[in-house]
Amino acid sequence: MAKKYPVQVKVNGKMKSAEVEPRLLLVHLLRDEFDLTGTHIGCDTSQCGACTVMLDGMAVKSCTILAIQADGAEITTVEGLGSREELHPIQQGFWEKHGLQCGFCTPGVMMAVNGLLQENINPSEAEIREALDGVICRCTGYQFIVKAVQHAAELIREQQSQPVSLENVTTRGDVS
Amino acid sequence: MIPTSFDYVRAASVPEAIQLLKNFNGEGKLIAGGHSLVPLMKFRITTPGTLIDISQIQELKGVSKEGGRLVIGALTTYAEALGDPLVAAHLPVLAEAIQKIADLQVRNKGTIGGNIAHADPAADLPALALALDAVVHITGEDGEERVPIQDFLFGPFMTALPETSIVTAVSFAIPPTEGKSTYLKYFHPASGYAVVGVAAVARKTADGVINHIRVGITGAGDCAFRAENVEKYLLGKTATLENISKAAQLAADEVDMGEDLFASSDYRRHLCEVYTERALRKVLL
Repeated sequence: MAKKYPVQVKVNGKMKSAEVEPRLLLVHLLRDEFDLTGTHIGCDTSQCGACTVMLDGMAVKSCTILAIQADGAEITTVEGLGSREELHPIQQGFWEKHGLQCGFCTPGVMMAVNGLLQENINPSEAEIREALDGVICRCTGYQFIVKAVQHAAELIREQQSQPVSLENVTTRGDVS
Repeated sequence: MIPTSFDYVRAASVPEAIQLLKNFNGEGKLIAGGHSLVPLMKFRITTPGTLIDISQIQELKGVSKEGGRLVIGALTTYAEALGDPLVAAHLPVLAEAIQKIADLQVRNKGTIGGNIAHADPAADLPALALALDAVVHITGEDGEERVPIQDFLFGPFMTALPETSIVTAVSFAIPPTEGKSTYLKYFHPASGYAVVGVAAVARKTADGVINHIRVGITGAGDCAFRAENVEKYLLGKTATLENISKAAQLAADEVDMGEDLFASSDYRRHLCEVYTERALRKVLL
């Protein structure tokens, strides 16, 4: 049995730890150790992007990262994007514009889109297609995905332009 | 796919990494962003006994300007170099090439030093490094060494890097402001690697005579190479369509072309000529 090492990461806001073999891939840590099976394994060769998660704020392919190299990192998986009750604008966009067919690649696509929209909330169609270069969808032909991303960007822009309601301001002055 | 078992150790500094390489006596393999190495380990093409993780060594990150050169720390990721103001100001051709490397997610992890040290014959940066007279900064047991890129790359996944040394930076000559540079690439449709990639850097005198020309080609053969016959043909001549076309025919005339299911050696030779001609037109006309 190979030697195991402790790994501690913050996943979707919660500290989690595990003892891992150095060869364990980040995607397996998330799926098998932490039961976060929203992150999918598609090609397993760093091409399809179904395993995309945010690692310290950047979209990365978790099938190509050793879990041990992510020690100390902050990770957001699709489960941390929004909730069933309160969808993230990206999820809302994919829902309303049907940016999927079978849905297998969708978690990774949404995380790659998250990487784009956190840098640029007003992307052109060309920029959206460029950002989708690292994900492969075999159903949609990408047309509906592009529309979903445009819609998500619109929702985010609307959200950001809305004045903060006083109801959301705590007594300390923070916005909840 | 899961790699074979290996042991893992993290280096906090360059001297520690060198000491660890020594301790493991050739069995230790450096890992940075891991985006070239981990896929090979998953396919079990390579099975290192121990990985020495250098990805946390902060001193190997960042871009600086030293005289007429831009020095890129080995651990600088593609995404960091792409967003760097010094790269934008002095080496826009590096940004142009990086945008053609893989995809958003890979560019967030892959490193400049890793790319050069890995020496994949279809990687993009070696072509540009050759065209920009790059120098590889190496630190080993006996101190620092600077090796020109032509002497560093010598075969598929083979470099002049000694077993107990580490690439700390890659420096690129800032091209003359009055000149032009470009990197053009024929993408493999599945992998996104270069079937053929051509980097060209050139400068003309006021009366149109070519007084500086570098052409680097990747993807075509066993190892990225400088198309020296193209350079020799053009140097001192005027930049005309006819001269460019004749020079481009020499792009691959002394190099063995690779061959695989996707592209025959004849096709690769043809692509070398076509992409060299396009790159030369872009930088000379």
